Amino acid sequence: MANPAISASPAARRYSLWLKTGPAALGTLGFLGFLGLWQMVSTFGIVDPRHMPPPAAVFERFAANFAYTDFWVATGHTLRAWLLGVLISTAAGLVVGVIIGSSRVLVRATHSTIEFLRPIPAVALIPIAALLFGPRIGSELMIIIYACFWIILIQVLYGIADLDKVALDTARTLRMDFPQRVRYVIFPTLLPFLMTGLRLAATVALILAISVELIVGTPGLGQEVAFAQINGSAPAIYALIITSGLLGIAINSLMRFVERKTLFWHESVRGGKAA
Amino acid sequence: MTLLKKTGYFLGIPLLLLAAWTVYTSTATNFFIPEPAKLMDRFFKIWFSERFVSDVLPSLSRLLAGLGLSIVIGIAVGAVIGYVRWIRWLFEPLFEFIRAIPSTILIPVLLLLIGINDSMKITLIVFSCVWPILLNTVAGVTSIDEVLQNTAKVIGLTKFDRMRYLVLPAASPQIMAGIRQSLAVALILMVVSEMFASTDGIGHWTINFQNRVAIAEMWSGILLLGIIGVTLSVVFQWFQKRILAWYEGLKEKEND
Amino acid sequence: MTRAQKPVRLKVDQVQKIYQTGAGTEFEAVRSLTFDLHDGEFACLVGPSGSGKTTLLKCIAGLMRTTSGEVVLDGQSVNGPAKGMAVVFQEYGRSLFPWMTVEANVDLPLKTSGVPKMERAERVRDALESVGLDKAGAKYPWQLSGGMQQRVAIARAVASQPSVLLMDEPFAAVDAQTRADLEDLVRRIWRKHNMTILFVTHDIDESVYLAERVLVLSSSPTVIQNDIEIDLPQERDQLVTRSAARFAELRAEVYERVQFAKTNIHAVVEPARFTEAHA
Repeated sequence: MANPAISASPAARRYSLWLKTGPAALGTLGFLGFLGLWQMVSTFGIVDPRHMPPPAAVFERFAANFAYTDFWVATGHTLRAWLLGVLISTAAGLVVGVIIGSSRVLVRATHSTIEFLRPIPAVALIPIAALLFGPRIGSELMIIIYACFWIILIQVLYGIADLDKVALDTARTLRMDFPQRVRYVIFPTLLPFLMTGLRLAATVALILAISVELIVGTPGLGQEVAFAQINGSAPAIYALIITSGLLGIAINSLMRFVERKTLFWHESVRGGKAA
Repeated sequence: MTLLKKTGYFLGIPLLLLAAWTVYTSTATNFFIPEPAKLMDRFFKIWFSERFVSDVLPSLSRLLAGLGLSIVIGIAVGAVIGYVRWIRWLFEPLFEFIRAIPSTILIPVLLLLIGINDSMKITLIVFSCVWPILLNTVAGVTSIDEVLQNTAKVIGLTKFDRMRYLVLPAASPQIMAGIRQSLAVALILMVVSEMFASTDGIGHWTINFQNRVAIAEMWSGILLLGIIGVTLSVVFQWFQKRILAWYEGLKEKEND
Repeated sequence: MTRAQKPVRLKVDQVQKIYQTGAGTEFEAVRSLTFDLHDGEFACLVGPSGSGKTTLLKCIAGLMRTTSGEVVLDGQSVNGPAKGMAVVFQEYGRSLFPWMTVEANVDLPLKTSGVPKMERAERVRDALESVGLDKAGAKYPWQLSGGMQQRVAIARAVASQPSVLLMDEPFAAVDAQTRADLEDLVRRIWRKHNMTILFVTHDIDESVYLAERVLVLSSSPTVIQNDIEIDLPQERDQLVTRSAARFAELRAEVYERVQFAKTNIHAVVEPARFTEAHA
């Protein structure tokens, strides 16, 4: 025996097994408990079943949706607005952020304006968007870009402020030219901040896309929900909520995946903690 | 930096923008952009008359009630979930799913379940604002330093005292970050719920003016919502400075 | 009165600690460890690194359950942090509450154990004075240097008037000069308040300089390998004491014992002096 102090016991085995399987088992139990509670609420009529249909009816409708072209078209509309909005605001935020961040005078001069414009809720602009674009994708884009542009811009500015003086000096002593410095020093420093911003912007963009669809009536999942409400079809409303939740999770996981792939070297990813 | 220079930096661009706006509207007429004077006139006439009591105050109370409830529920539930591992395991996946739902899509359901009233709007605000606070509290509670926890044990703090003197203060930086996120969310939901399903409130009238193509009036609503957003963020930063003074000092020291 | 005639404050009786490691295996860190600490004693625990010093201290402090055996404080069995025990940790920066002032940190254990307000203020003032920090009460811990932070932790322990004070390598993370100052401070406080102290260290010089008695631990599974009395005069001085011939002798003896513990893994040692034990 290599080390007489080390041996295995059944109690220790059971404990390590619990550490491995516990989260999944309890997590599943949590979901089942939730569904059970929902079923009971509608079976015993605690809430009017016309307002809260049983899970079976909702999941039937959820599955049936996949056969309808309209459903896929609506999902496509929402996702297109989401994607375009996130891309345009990221590009704009990045460009403006780098320009402002590269000059101390500009950072100081724009500070008050940014701090004033940023907390204005983007949804307050929905009336203007409705006037300018009507029920078309332009309305969604305007609101999404207004909200997400600030998020990205602020993160880029944080990132530039965080640029390591020592790293920059090192780059100079290594005789790197400007494009090389951007490539090897500035961009890697900026990336974690940009990713944080992107993750936030992705979530906000989905909420805003659906809000605009709901209020202005641009085509998409939000408008579908509004239709379902007008038709008084509760199962359809609930099915769409589940769809949107899954969409939200898909977007979250996508963002986490992109973050892991691009930031594999960064401590926030290595340590498993969010930045 | 001298005071003059500071003021210059602070007011420079805002004044420039204001001047450009005034000059533009006095030389050209744009259907969508009202003159500054007209906008200010409408702003005070509309919102600081009887509508202040019938619309502005209800909007603000929904917002603050929703936020207050979210903070209390988020911290209380978050502290328990962060402290007890099996409860955390039980709820984490379910919460991950519920949180991922873009909350405005819940408005039609809440209309069915609760109806067009204040409780529906407050419920909606709580339903979306509670997550950043709750999850940040969990993160804060689960990452408390081990030595600090042992210290609390050896100086004989009871469970309740440990919550009060160790867990909540230790998690407070993360809790405040969560509250900061939920401020913006609360305002969004207040506005959207009023625009979609309400007969009063700032959001309701702003969309109503748009429907009647009353441009200056509509802008005055947007301006008011913007002012509320900015005020909320300024007040919050003031509070945060007070509550987290120790944390800022600690961070500065560590970065030396 | 000799040491053995004074009442026993802390009794560590055949303590054993077996860890559950991640892979479903077990690790015996401490094996059947026994010693008594009498009232007013200042004892140091020394041992090679990896000799389970911290594990043992956590068991004594009630932060960790023993697998078998018992820790008894003032006749009461310890199952969890005990009221009469104060602990000073090595990590001074992480053992003070950064959101509280120095004063509030020292006051906290008194406040939560229901000491009347008037008495609390006095005890906090006294404790801060005896560590030389009577002027820093309103500051935050992170505004102080490392050595000063450790003084605050000591003041907090002193203010709670413990039966036994446990110190877990408290000066391992401060610079040499500060360390010498803190050593003298602990000696002073020990004499002034007539305290009972168990001091864990890996530094042989420090153990001889500070203690009246040095307990040498074996490698893990840990037992007490030697119990050495330090017969140096009560008045100690960094220069005089450390250059005394007796200090050098004791130091050499402890050094030899620790070296022996390092090279003889799993040795079960007879308590007799200078007898080689077998693996």
